[in-house]
Amino acid sequence: MPATIAAKPVNGPDQGIFHNTAGFSTLITVTVLTLAWLAGFASRLFAVIRFESIIHEFDPWFNYRSTAYMVEHGFYNFLNWFDERAWYPLGRIVGGTVYPGLMLTSGTIHWFLHALNIPIHIRDICVFLAPVFSGLTAIATYLLTSELWSRGAGLFAACFIAIVPGYSSRSVAGSYDNEGIAIFALQFTYYLWLKSVKSGSVFWSVCTALSYFYMVSAWGGYVFIINLIPLHVFVLLIMGRFSQRLFVSYTVFYIIGLVFSMQIPFVGFQPIRTSEHMAASGVFALLMAVGALKYLHSLNPKGEWKQLLILGTIVAAGAVFLAVVALTYMGIIAPWSGRFYSLWDTGYAKIHIPIIASVSEHQPTTWSSFFFDLHVLVCTFPVGLWYCIKNINDERVFVALYALSAVYFAGVMVRLMLTLTPVVCVLAGIAFSIILELVLKEEDTTQAPIETEEVKNDKSGKAKKRVQETVQAQDQGPGLYARPGTVIAFMILLMLFSVHCTWATSNAYSSPSIVLASYGNDGSRRILDDFREAYGWLSQNTAEDARIMSWWDYGYQIAGMGNRTTLVDNNTWNNSHIALVGKAMASNETAAYEIMSMLDVDYVLVIFGGAIGYSGDDINKFIWMVRIAEGEHPKDIHEADYFTERGEYRIDAEGSKTMLNCLMYKLSYYRYDSGGSPPGYDRTRNALPGNRGFKLTYLEESYTTEHWLVRIYRVKKRDEFNRPRVPLAKRTIPTSNSISKKTSKRRKGLLKNKPTVVKGKKMRLE
Amino acid sequence: MPSVISVIPKLYHEYTTKTSKKLKIVDAYLLYVFLTGVIQFVYCCLVGTFPFNSFLSGFISCVSSFVLGVCLRLQVNPENKNEFSGLSAERGFADFIFAHLVLHIVVMNFIG
Repeated sequence: MPATIAAKPVNGPDQGIFHNTAGFSTLITVTVLTLAWLAGFASRLFAVIRFESIIHEFDPWFNYRSTAYMVEHGFYNFLNWFDERAWYPLGRIVGGTVYPGLMLTSGTIHWFLHALNIPIHIRDICVFLAPVFSGLTAIATYLLTSELWSRGAGLFAACFIAIVPGYSSRSVAGSYDNEGIAIFALQFTYYLWLKSVKSGSVFWSVCTALSYFYMVSAWGGYVFIINLIPLHVFVLLIMGRFSQRLFVSYTVFYIIGLVFSMQIPFVGFQPIRTSEHMAASGVFALLMAVGALKYLHSLNPKGEWKQLLILGTIVAAGAVFLAVVALTYMGIIAPWSGRFYSLWDTGYAKIHIPIIASVSEHQPTTWSSFFFDLHVLVCTFPVGLWYCIKNINDERVFVALYALSAVYFAGVMVRLMLTLTPVVCVLAGIAFSIILELVLKEEDTTQAPIETEEVKNDKSGKAKKRVQETVQAQDQGPGLYARPGTVIAFMILLMLFSVHCTWATSNAYSSPSIVLASYGNDGSRRILDDFREAYGWLSQNTAEDARIMSWWDYGYQIAGMGNRTTLVDNNTWNNSHIALVGKAMASNETAAYEIMSMLDVDYVLVIFGGAIGYSGDDINKFIWMVRIAEGEHPKDIHEADYFTERGEYRIDAEGSKTMLNCLMYKLSYYRYDSGGSPPGYDRTRNALPGNRGFKLTYLEESYTTEHWLVRIYRVKKRDEFNRPRVPLAKRTIPTSNSISKKTSKRRKGLLKNKPTVVKGKKMRLE
Repeated sequence: MPSVISVIPKLYHEYTTKTSKKLKIVDAYLLYVFLTGVIQFVYCCLVGTFPFNSFLSGFISCVSSFVLGVCLRLQVNPENKNEFSGLSAERGFADFIFAHLVLHIVVMNFIG
């Protein structure tokens, strides 16, 4: 993205030569922000250009499906939507278990564009929503940083956040997920908060609460805000920085934010019922107490009161703390939920909630991924942090706390890298701005290198003119070589940064993961579209109400693309249901059949990557299925049975007997004869399967995709197996089993249509 | 402890002499809102919290009115001129009304 490189150095002159012309600096600000927006938008389009405008991965499919539902049926029907297609036989109350901000945002855009007679499909809005919001995030970051330091630093930060891989990983085109809009809401809320602390105005506090409301409606990460802001207030109190402005901004924000956050059905009464939110109310009570004591003190400002004031504050803080603890023990306030508790005790999830630990993005972060996601920023942001702490004021306390807490959380979970990225951009922007300010202090003499940089990348006529002027002024003494050297070094760093960002976004984060691409030796590209092939088959060839059993990862995709009922999906709200599916996959065929017939399963879908070397398949995830199943059914499933005696997880002849006979193994390797020199070689695990040539009793293969990636099996009915074999000659023409697709479809349509029509009528009458 | 008790009449005296009439009106309003909140809380303790959202919206609207009143009082008080530079008393009142508008729209929605 050359545009961003060109954009960055503008900050230097912004404070130098254009100092007296306010119009110029505004023009530059607007230009840089626009360029940042464009660069951010463009760098997120790799997936669309390489593949197509398609929704990515897992969760986005659910978001897309519910957005489409909302657009079709209206907002109120969406809030009352009971989805009987998920979590069979339980169903899911979608309206009450979803953060509706994302759907509302794209629904509003859709409505607005259609009001202007722009007939855009809702899918395209969903695909491009996150890239568009990345520009808004850049603007919010600019505002936040200008509030903290200077406008120049703000421009740097905006350019960083626009292209940094840590953020674009969650906001490429097609990744239609809550985080895409939530980071914008996060940054904007923080900006408004700082603004209100600075001014002490009720208006800004109310705006903070409104922005917080948007954040609550968009993402569960709002808990981060409602803990960080009280922490900020609390630290300011401890530092003796209490002011009436702080009192006004926090109390107004808290109480209005509280009533706002309870408007989201999914959040409900949690803000007054759970420990995650108690810090905020505790600080609110404490601040009220401190304010009252201060007021009494101001009425009679004499020495004897000082001790009483401090004592009173400590007593109030202790009382608030004890009250929260007592209420927690009495059971009025729910203790920390497992998901949050696992942030403090990193081993907690592994032992108690394997379903959380099983998700790869919940693993602890490695050092390399810090560098991969943030590149040079991770090295420079401590500089910005140091300067902020050195020249401390109320707002910079906030950014220091933000940075420290975000670094901690990012270290615990890969996924929370996302909350670290914005603050790193802010602080690195500050650091770069300080460095340039130092280097460019002597005007004109060192202006040249930067301007030439700009020309190299920008190639606009206007900039060239400026260079000619500045080159003439370039007559510095020999002692000043250090300055252009520094500038050039930092420009090279920034250039490397943007190259890295583009490369990382393009190579690591732009895969839709439902369409795979493989590259041949000659560089040619092959598209593997097995997932959609399989889901398409499901939607065309199975009964309308067929129930598909798969591991929960694929639940949303089956519902979104195949439009069929699933047993478990990525919502993972019911652990025992998931464990039951895991148990079925981990048991032998007979035991699995009992579970499957209990759950009314019609089809089983497994992902098998052995033929093409796809490592994210079900056999590799299988050990988590076993663990989750063992958590709920410790009598029937034992994790140790699936390992060899030496504790290895393998599927070849040395694999354990339980492993080689479980349903997942059999469904993956049934009839498998592709994949390499010995037919049936597994290229993912580099082994020859240990148990081959077996027959299935209770299931039959229905469909296998082109590259063996998705395999679908039909569960036989009770009367279909264990019957005496009839010789071929004696069989009658098997019409019932092999009718052509068309006739069978028409038949089913006739039968099935009747009840649905009646249902529709009833619904409308009500 | 006795010093605290002896100081209360002194405080009262200070308050009545030092506080301007405008601020006393705000204080009376604050006292009224505070008592309303207390009554709601006592009612909820005695009778029960059954329509919990209604109780919450009533109680929170009391607390927020109180908070907003306190903020208005802080911003209107001429002693705090330095603290709130750039915020006139009129601006404070306009903010107060704006916040109440936002608040009560939500409370209406929440009260059910």
